[in-house]
Amino acid sequence: MIDVENVSLTLGTNEVLRDVSLKLAERRIAIIGANGSGKSSFARLLNGLLLPSKGEVRVNGMGTKKNGKDIRRKVGFVFQNPDNQIVFPVVEEDIAFGMKNLGFSKEVIAEKTKAVLTQYDMLHLMEHPAHLLSGGQKQLLAISGVLVMEPEYIVMDEPTTLLDLRNKRRVAAAIEALAQTVIMVTHDLDIIQNFDRVIAFENGKVCLDGPPSSVIQDYMDMMV
Amino acid sequence: MLDLYSPGSSILHRLAPGIKVSALMLCGSLLFLVDGLLIPSIALGFVVGLYRVAGLTMAQLWAQLRPAALLLVILFLVQGLITGWGVAVFIVLRFGVLLLLAGLVTLTTRSSDMIEAITRGLGWLRWIGVNPSKVGLAFSLALRFIPVLATLTKEVREAQKARGLERSIIAVAIPVTVRMLKMADDISDAIDARGYTP
Repeated sequence: MIDVENVSLTLGTNEVLRDVSLKLAERRIAIIGANGSGKSSFARLLNGLLLPSKGEVRVNGMGTKKNGKDIRRKVGFVFQNPDNQIVFPVVEEDIAFGMKNLGFSKEVIAEKTKAVLTQYDMLHLMEHPAHLLSGGQKQLLAISGVLVMEPEYIVMDEPTTLLDLRNKRRVAAAIEALAQTVIMVTHDLDIIQNFDRVIAFENGKVCLDGPPSSVIQDYMDMMV
Repeated sequence: MLDLYSPGSSILHRLAPGIKVSALMLCGSLLFLVDGLLIPSIALGFVVGLYRVAGLTMAQLWAQLRPAALLLVILFLVQGLITGWGVAVFIVLRFGVLLLLAGLVTLTTRSSDMIEAITRGLGWLRWIGVNPSKVGLAFSLALRFIPVLATLTKEVREAQKARGLERSIIAVAIPVTVRMLKMADDISDAIDARGYTP
């Protein structure tokens, strides 16, 4: 479980989050909110990319302030723009990057790279230059690069925002099939209809929290 | 190296990147030490043979020369008019062989292998504070983001063209720089998120 306890976050002079407390234990959790509401910053707190100015974020009991490396192994992060997440020029090299950082052996890296690419029907692209992939393929590559690190939780920051409808559906299906706990920041209300929990942020605070059936309608009313 | 690597299992593909780069440096230096057309001509034949050994096509060979073709033609004409046509052939041949050799290394070496070789090769610089792993990652990022930056620049140029600012370098340079800096932040987060420890 991820435990967010009385967390405030100030970036520069801007108070981005104010006294947020949440226990995240459901399998599929969506974070929604207007631009600038603090949802992306909240997501970055969950794997220690940002550290709270006040309060504490704990992943399985470990605080993000003191256990950065262990936390990042437990909590994978998929960014909105895969172009900013893919670090190596070739598909298989990029997938291997995270595993090398975790000290996996060459054999394990090769095996897991093949397995994850097969899973997403991208094995034929293994030696392909990453910059020549389609938007959907790039996002699946970004997800693959995180999956092979065997995280327990995957935090996603608007993973379908830059995709066309076909690629959005492909990525959404891939996300749906993940065995991990997924915490997804999104503006796309269609793909979170079957999530277990939806949390809406406004002005750095949680304003709605509950099942999609109630939260989404209230959120839409709020945005009028 | 961006998208030039041509998968294969030839002896050249299997050769350690360090050996290939050392051979490239040695051949490059030797080509500048010799005079006359004989050695560069033999070298050209040898390099073409190496392309065949690596299982590469003549189209791939030409692709290594094509970007520099105009420059080579200009070099040929200038040298021909100033110092004579024999020297012009010699100089262009020498550059052509060098380009083909460098291309051969690129075509037969994965970028990750090259980066590993660079990282290993720089190990001796640790004593003056150089971190080879950081240098390797910097090379990798440079290779990865050259096409991304090209796309970004194209997008900004098109946007400015739509506003009638296609001739203004500043109108392109400023938004590109701002987006690059924002991108650098995101990339840094992404590297952290994937467990990188320098």
